[in-house]
Amino acid sequence: MSSFNLNPNYANSDVEREANRAGFGRGLKKAGELDKNVVALCADLTESVQMHLFKEAFPKRYIEVGVAEQNLVTVASGLARAGKIPFTASYAAFSPGRNWEQIKTTAALNDQPVKVVGGHAGLYTGPDGATHQMLEDIALMRVMPNMVVIAPGDSIEAEKATVAIAKNGKPSYLRLARDKVPIFSTLESPFEIGKAYVLREGKDISLFGTGTMTYEVLMAAEILAKQGINAEVVHVPTIKPLDNKTVLKSLEKTGRGATVEEAQIAGGLGGAIVELTSEELPVPIKRLGVEDRYGESGTPREVIEAFELDGESIAKKIIEFIKRAPQYKKGY
Amino acid sequence: MSGQLTIRQIEQKATTIRRDIITMLEEAGSGHSAGPLGLADLIATLYFGVMNYKSKKPEWNDRDFFFLSNGHCVPVQYAAMAEAGFFDKKELLTLRKLGSRLQGHPERTKLPGLENTSGPLGSGLSQAAGVAYSLQYLDDQKHRFVYCVTGDGELDEGNIWEAAMFAGKYKLSQLIVFVDRNNIQIDGNTEDVMPLEDLRGKWQSFGWHVQEIDGHNIESIQDAIGMAKAITNRPSVVITHTIPGKGVDFMEYDYRWHGMPPNHEQAKEALHELRTLRGKIRGEHQ
Repeated sequence: MSSFNLNPNYANSDVEREANRAGFGRGLKKAGELDKNVVALCADLTESVQMHLFKEAFPKRYIEVGVAEQNLVTVASGLARAGKIPFTASYAAFSPGRNWEQIKTTAALNDQPVKVVGGHAGLYTGPDGATHQMLEDIALMRVMPNMVVIAPGDSIEAEKATVAIAKNGKPSYLRLARDKVPIFSTLESPFEIGKAYVLREGKDISLFGTGTMTYEVLMAAEILAKQGINAEVVHVPTIKPLDNKTVLKSLEKTGRGATVEEAQIAGGLGGAIVELTSEELPVPIKRLGVEDRYGESGTPREVIEAFELDGESIAKKIIEFIKRAPQYKKGY
Repeated sequence: MSGQLTIRQIEQKATTIRRDIITMLEEAGSGHSAGPLGLADLIATLYFGVMNYKSKKPEWNDRDFFFLSNGHCVPVQYAAMAEAGFFDKKELLTLRKLGSRLQGHPERTKLPGLENTSGPLGSGLSQAAGVAYSLQYLDDQKHRFVYCVTGDGELDEGNIWEAAMFAGKYKLSQLIVFVDRNNIQIDGNTEDVMPLEDLRGKWQSFGWHVQEIDGHNIESIQDAIGMAKAITNRPSVVITHTIPGKGVDFMEYDYRWHGMPPNHEQAKEALHELRTLRGKIRGEHQ
């Protein structure tokens, strides 16, 4: 097994669950304790994006901007100019969904350490429906030079990622899901910006998951194992900069792969990995995620299953893919 | 860097800036003429009569901040910065050229002394408000001020009014904004494209202290800034009435010069006008 220190209880039905945003809330408070320059700005969603812990601890460093996402990130850019480390939070559908140009011009091109935290991202936003299920954010943020893009896998990792981006001196995007999801990592698990982690070793195919989908990928690997397919599971919390080395090393071993994300497959994690492999190691890759359509209302679990992104559906698709995609061997 | 020059000397700086704008734009072969010429008196007053800064130490931690929100007017800022000694004047001729630090629209990371990257309209005011918030609430530095220039056409942007509401709520009294009220934008006169009036009433209703001045009168500009600094419970906006293309007869009041540079003949004529103050100085032999 790997050195990731997986939660030993991860595969059981009573696995601990928590929303990633809760981890962010704790991480932000911790970042505030570590550095007095950390400030937080919110667009009328303080509790929903879990900024209240920071607000209670550091009321003077908490700034309410109202429902104004363009102002949210541009005021943050000014605060960064004054030496602060501003965390901005809203729902991903609005930030970076609505204020992409402001983020580009005043944070990324301007190279200021503005932190854009997009809550309620992805299909897990469930009943709110398509307008609030942000599926394009990974692609939007990944194409922006200077920007760091992170989708933590669970609440423990979200907490670590929050502390990490407070220190990286770069404009950064943190993608968070709303619903409670299983915790597969532990306090001892490593997290470093730009690193991917092998959670389970295998030889038949590499499965790359990001954000909440990594857990489903682990579940898919369990199902595949029962059918004699030995899948390697790689968790990719940092989509940009991508850990090319770990991704390629895994694919060199397995000769084919699949990516899984609760986001548009165009331009997302799948896009990032096939861009890499098409130049460096042309293995067959199956991209799983949302295929050029919008989400819809339903309970989070219903929506995930309807889009065939639960472990069982993922396993089924991998079996189909393996049938028609031979393992790449160097030199053919 | 502030307060040493007389009004007459600042006027001369403004004329020099205007000449440099014409020269830069002619050499660049593209860019905006009307706005930068109209802003020359205001920018000259800020750089040579108002703001605290050290041109050889742009990150000096006791400086005032200047945010140009309407980035397309940056030739006037480049010209003022060169005149103030941030960089050699020869560099002005690299405007908009490959490899230049003087990008067509300003980029902070390229040129020390710029506080922001701007061009897409509407977000410079928010950035200025962010700095003003920090000075007032987080850093306790009441003696430093944040100056911001916006266009009037720029006020069509929603982001501006988000920032106006924010600054009003937090009573950012160290924020002093100048709206360059020259009444033109790309598609025509502002009141035809998208009416802004009652502009004074709009800002007042957002909680701002509002003044209106002649943007070509150095003394009025200085007085307005003095008044703005004396207002300690609200942000200040100065609706600065300017003539687009000011100083060059054939450009004045004509919106078509918004986004156009002068050609060689036009530049020659403009420089002649600026040198002779429209024929008032005789014996021009250059």
